[in-house]
Amino acid sequence: MIYKVITKSEFRKFVSGLIRENQTIGPKLVDSDREGNPIYQFKEVNSFDEMDLDYTQADYSIKNFYLPFREELSRFDYSNSDWEQNIEYHVHPRVIVGVRACDINALTKLDKIFMKGNFPSPHYIARRKNTFLIGMDHEPLDDCFCKSLNQDVVRHGFNLYCTDIGKSYYLTINSSKAFNFLRNVKTSDPGKEDDRKYIERRKYLKKKFRTHVEVTGLPALMDIEFQSDVWKKWGDKCLNCGSCAMVCPTCYCHGVEENIEVNLKRSRKERVQYSCSIVDFAEVAGGHNFRPLKEDRLKYRFYHHYRGFAENADEQICVGCNRCGRACLAGINPRDVINDLRMESEE
Amino acid sequence: MKTDKVYKCEIINMIELTPMEKLFHLRILDPAERDLFSFRAGQFVMVEVPGFGEVPISLSSSPNNREFMELCIRKAGQTTNMLHKARIGSRVGIRGPFGTAFPMEQMVGHNLLLIAGGLGLAPLRAPIYWVTDHRSDYRDVHILYGTKEPWQMLFTYQYEEWERINHIRMLTIVEKGDENWKGNTGMITELFNDITIDPANTYAIVCGPPVMFKFVCNHMDNLGIPMNHMFVSLERRMHCGMGKCCRCMVGSTFTCVDGPVFDYWSVMNLKEAI
Repeated sequence: MIYKVITKSEFRKFVSGLIRENQTIGPKLVDSDREGNPIYQFKEVNSFDEMDLDYTQADYSIKNFYLPFREELSRFDYSNSDWEQNIEYHVHPRVIVGVRACDINALTKLDKIFMKGNFPSPHYIARRKNTFLIGMDHEPLDDCFCKSLNQDVVRHGFNLYCTDIGKSYYLTINSSKAFNFLRNVKTSDPGKEDDRKYIERRKYLKKKFRTHVEVTGLPALMDIEFQSDVWKKWGDKCLNCGSCAMVCPTCYCHGVEENIEVNLKRSRKERVQYSCSIVDFAEVAGGHNFRPLKEDRLKYRFYHHYRGFAENADEQICVGCNRCGRACLAGINPRDVINDLRMESEE
Repeated sequence: MKTDKVYKCEIINMIELTPMEKLFHLRILDPAERDLFSFRAGQFVMVEVPGFGEVPISLSSSPNNREFMELCIRKAGQTTNMLHKARIGSRVGIRGPFGTAFPMEQMVGHNLLLIAGGLGLAPLRAPIYWVTDHRSDYRDVHILYGTKEPWQMLFTYQYEEWERINHIRMLTIVEKGDENWKGNTGMITELFNDITIDPANTYAIVCGPPVMFKFVCNHMDNLGIPMNHMFVSLERRMHCGMGKCCRCMVGSTFTCVDGPVFDYWSVMNLKEAI
């Protein structure tokens, strides 16, 4: 890891240069909600001014740029009662600017699933390798609890990370590509004053967290409370709409669909994002459903996030962004469910 | 065979076992790919009907048969319906083999209980073939097989061969008999009354509908068979076979990569598994 300091005006020039040369994605103000709060989304940008780097949080994480809602896995071409399968994955180099720490941490969790093990996904790897990721710190929202999960600090998974220290950014350089890009830009080595400001900024951000979720021993608690009435209480509210999974930066459950073209000469095999809370997720051919009840499915989602992944990868898959809580039409959020489980175990 | 690549196969034979189940003989077209393909008893393949979908199907043939593979497929959904409409010479795809296998080497020198319910006899055929190919490695071998009704019995043409040639004791039972049925009626656990086993030296393999596992394994547990001597093959929905789609996830376990074969000790401690 190499540290540099860049003035905000020089950073602007640097990013503008990247925008000119590459497809660039950044946080954009797209609308406002009923209460007048701004709605931000990661969208393609053509100039630095289109981005709002002081955005609070994008409704959707950048997951969708790595795991699109629908993507072609392969294509079958038919001719003379035979078929050929084609697998293609082309990704042009691209840049994503202004990604928050929790979203970068979410990507490193997805890396464990899609880039490692016996069956890495070439589609995901192509997208990950061809994306230059610039992260940026931010003040937490009132309901963020990424600090509780130790996800407010980022160590891997980005090329460049900017910490706001007033008129400059304190840069953490995490790849040779980022180092080479910065050769043509005016940066300086951090001085004592910059270091002090950086540490102050880190302390300031830590103090700004208002929501805390106690996750100590959560995997064991999930086991102990497997039969708890808490699941029924929240399961009864759940609409099984899958909104939580769509906005979650780490939910990766999916289905594989095949669609044949109208001319019957070609078909596509596609990966489609899905959610474990949707009713037919665990239904097998013949109609038997391994999770027929709403509470089973809600429990399973929590179980996967706070217990299952923890056992396989030694970490919880949730990054504490609380997008699911904000998107839930039934008002279910992880903080309340976990607190309920804790109270249940303490009674 | 570790990517999305689908290997092209030809259907070289089809046997109608019941109105619902057919046995397919598939042969990988490319000789080089055919040489590379090998599997262990208990593993499965994803069978692809291009344009319609993929289904996970347990391999039902002898692991020693390198010429073709046998798959017993029940007509249960869109893709399997299409497969039932296929003809000899039709081409389908496969990916795999995936998943864990029955530890046949570990069972050498012991008695075996092979227990199946309904379609569960299909995945059990691979270990049966393994045992018949290595018969002298195993002591007493029993197959306990139960279905709801007599017409649902699969592979009836092989029972005599297993008993007479391979010296495997085959016991069958149905929940509800018909006018021609002269055999046992009742639940599969009742077949245990007809056999004598040495629990400490017995290994068991159980394949069948989810509801069966608990009863059968509990029964064997009461008989004194160690839990890590009982192996079950779990069924779940699968879309990828590679531990990615999470359709088959049970707790922290993927049925496709950590299973489908589990020992009962692991499954018993796995929430939601059975």
